[in-house]
Amino acid sequence: MRLELGNIFIKDLQFGEATKVENGVLYVNKEELLEAIGGDNRIASIEVDIAKPGEETRIMPVKDVVEPRVKVEGPGGIFPGFINKVDQVGSGRTHVLKGAAVVTAGKIVGFQEGIIDMSGPGAEYTPFSKTYNLVLVCTPVDNLPQHEHEHAVRMIGLKAAAYIGEAGRNVEPDEVKVYETLPLLESIKKYPDLPKVGYVYMLQTQGLLHDTYVYGVDAKKIVPTIIYPTEVMDGAIISGNCVSACDKNPTYNHLNNPIIEDLYERHGKDYNFVGVIITNENVTLSDKERSSNWSAKLAEYLGLDGVIISEEGFGNPDTDLMMNCKKISAKGIKTVLVTDEYAGRDGASQSLADADKSADAVVTGGNANEIIELPAMKKVIGDLKPADVIAGGFAGSLRPDGSIVAELQVITGATSEIGFNKLSATQY
Amino acid sequence: MIKVVHYINQFYGGIGGEEKADVKPEVREGVVGPGMALKGALGKDAEIVATIICGDSYFNENIEEATEEILKMVKSYEPDLFIAGPAFNAGRYGVACGTICKAVKDNLNIPVVSGMYPENPGADMFKKDIYIVETANSATGMRKAIPVMAKLALKLAKKEEIGPPAEEGYIARGVRKNIFREERGSKRAVDMLVAKLKGEPFVTEYPMPDFDKVAPNPPVLDMKNAKIALVTSGGIVPKGNPDRIEASSASKYGKYDIEGVMDLTQETHETAHGGYDPVYANEDPDRVLPVDVLRELEQEGVIGELHRYFYSTVGNGTSVANSKKYASAIAKELVADGVQAVILTST
Repeated sequence: MRLELGNIFIKDLQFGEATKVENGVLYVNKEELLEAIGGDNRIASIEVDIAKPGEETRIMPVKDVVEPRVKVEGPGGIFPGFINKVDQVGSGRTHVLKGAAVVTAGKIVGFQEGIIDMSGPGAEYTPFSKTYNLVLVCTPVDNLPQHEHEHAVRMIGLKAAAYIGEAGRNVEPDEVKVYETLPLLESIKKYPDLPKVGYVYMLQTQGLLHDTYVYGVDAKKIVPTIIYPTEVMDGAIISGNCVSACDKNPTYNHLNNPIIEDLYERHGKDYNFVGVIITNENVTLSDKERSSNWSAKLAEYLGLDGVIISEEGFGNPDTDLMMNCKKISAKGIKTVLVTDEYAGRDGASQSLADADKSADAVVTGGNANEIIELPAMKKVIGDLKPADVIAGGFAGSLRPDGSIVAELQVITGATSEIGFNKLSATQY
Repeated sequence: MIKVVHYINQFYGGIGGEEKADVKPEVREGVVGPGMALKGALGKDAEIVATIICGDSYFNENIEEATEEILKMVKSYEPDLFIAGPAFNAGRYGVACGTICKAVKDNLNIPVVSGMYPENPGADMFKKDIYIVETANSATGMRKAIPVMAKLALKLAKKEEIGPPAEEGYIARGVRKNIFREERGSKRAVDMLVAKLKGEPFVTEYPMPDFDKVAPNPPVLDMKNAKIALVTSGGIVPKGNPDRIEASSASKYGKYDIEGVMDLTQETHETAHGGYDPVYANEDPDRVLPVDVLRELEQEGVIGELHRYFYSTVGNGTSVANSKKYASAIAKELVADGVQAVILTST
């Protein structure tokens, strides 16, 4: 399967008469946008705002971040199972408005929405301080149950990204990257002497607002399976979860999964990257046993010599991470894990809720419990009040002057467990 | 001027060797023995106001009394900084230095520094709690150890930022600290995988800890007469969360009276937990903390009684160290209250 990703570099974002991209500037017609994303009677109002890199702007509480993309060639459309039919995606050509993002925000759904600061110390930790963000502040109708609220806001984010992505359909990309994964036997034939590596992609599926979807299917209900890496780039996997802001994978991160990108980078040179195994993180022991047995079985079946395993979330899924590691390692397959840590505010506590001897090669995205101070910002999109109650906040997190002191956990994407950032932790 | 109290053993105090190891703690004004070199290294910003000397055997055979006595001596000088040793590879001396440093730190809340050879048992016991400068295994390393200890101690006293172990010379404390690396995590993972596949060396960013294994207690044989308590990490609290237990990374636990409460309802209780959709827990908090079922069992005589209080915290993102702390405090009270068994619910 071969996909061309045409990146259109976005250097500014403005409201305009028509939604279009011109000379790297993305213009958005607000009314047309609202028309495209509105109509859900569970949502009382949607406000649209813009946040640019370097501005003294704080966006919170943030639910999801989505990158605008559009399929211009090949079967299917972006976000299959949600925005488009479930045709198989991942081949042909897709245009990306690189540098732009849709951010869904507004009244808190769960407790685990996050903060994006466009400048200051907080901006160092979130990838989304570097993107031109179209922010949708969604206010639900009164007494809307949380799961309905989550669904409504999730759909608004995806619709907005698809609507804006359309603006890139007929624009000549600034760069075109080609990603190709061959069917297994062909791939092995092409690189007979290279070690075969795969990626075990753990999806957050603890349920109760912790869900991830694959082609529209709730990933709680899947058994581990195989997916072409390029399918992920077309939105086959999307986030529906409200796990802690720092280490959930927003839809943006799924689309741009850096482990997939970096595995492609040395594919055909140092190893043969044959594909991706997706698995879940369900909460019962039998689910954990079944899924980890299955991911190990698939890794063996594909004849893999090495895998990278990434986690999403923390605590309960630490067990899935260790089970996957232990069982895959036991097959004689080399493993590298990507996770983050909850070592306490002083860093003196044990970082993960589980451990195994076979986990001898671990990459960490940092200690999410470490305290950070976020100075007040001139502009707030959304609402500061949830600072005391979102995961990572505590009584007194929000100070009277609008500054916030909280755990790093509150920052969207700060301790990414798919290796999005340079942040890490070390032993002192 | 930073006031310093220094602790040494009978040997470095010039009292004698093993034959004098049973001497009780004593205090002398100013510097003694290695304190001379320490004074030089600390420079003009600090002054060693007193030196406490204690026999290694006496200390180790009377740890509690000795600690208390020495603590009293230290306190009387109201120092800003406490330095013990260096103990090199002397095991009992190392344990004494570590014990007294930790006691001073915990009770007087001032910075403390010691120095030991990494294999000194005192190093292993206390490196998590205090800064221990890595030294040679014998007193020949004194000249090298003293300036490192002095520099680190001054930094701590002046509340300056402490760098990583290799830079400052202390034994790694096992404390995790955030840093920015050169490459993003995914690239580091790919590099690590390639190294592992080739059999080349690589350094894991998170060495696996020794994991606690808790052996289950024997079953309660006489349930009919047992007092059962409910403890949860699922965040059930009286409506309004009176103790403001955090949605994640809880800094406390709550203890709540349920005398006469037959059933938890959405009017009386709710969850403070931020790690799951609270709708079902809030609709009926018994789903997380089954008071209703236990009351039935109580009435049916299946259990003796339900304990009058339940304990609750939020497990979401709460560190293992804090969880342990809460658990031991809760367990102590439960045992004192005559509880025989606990039903521990999560989410």
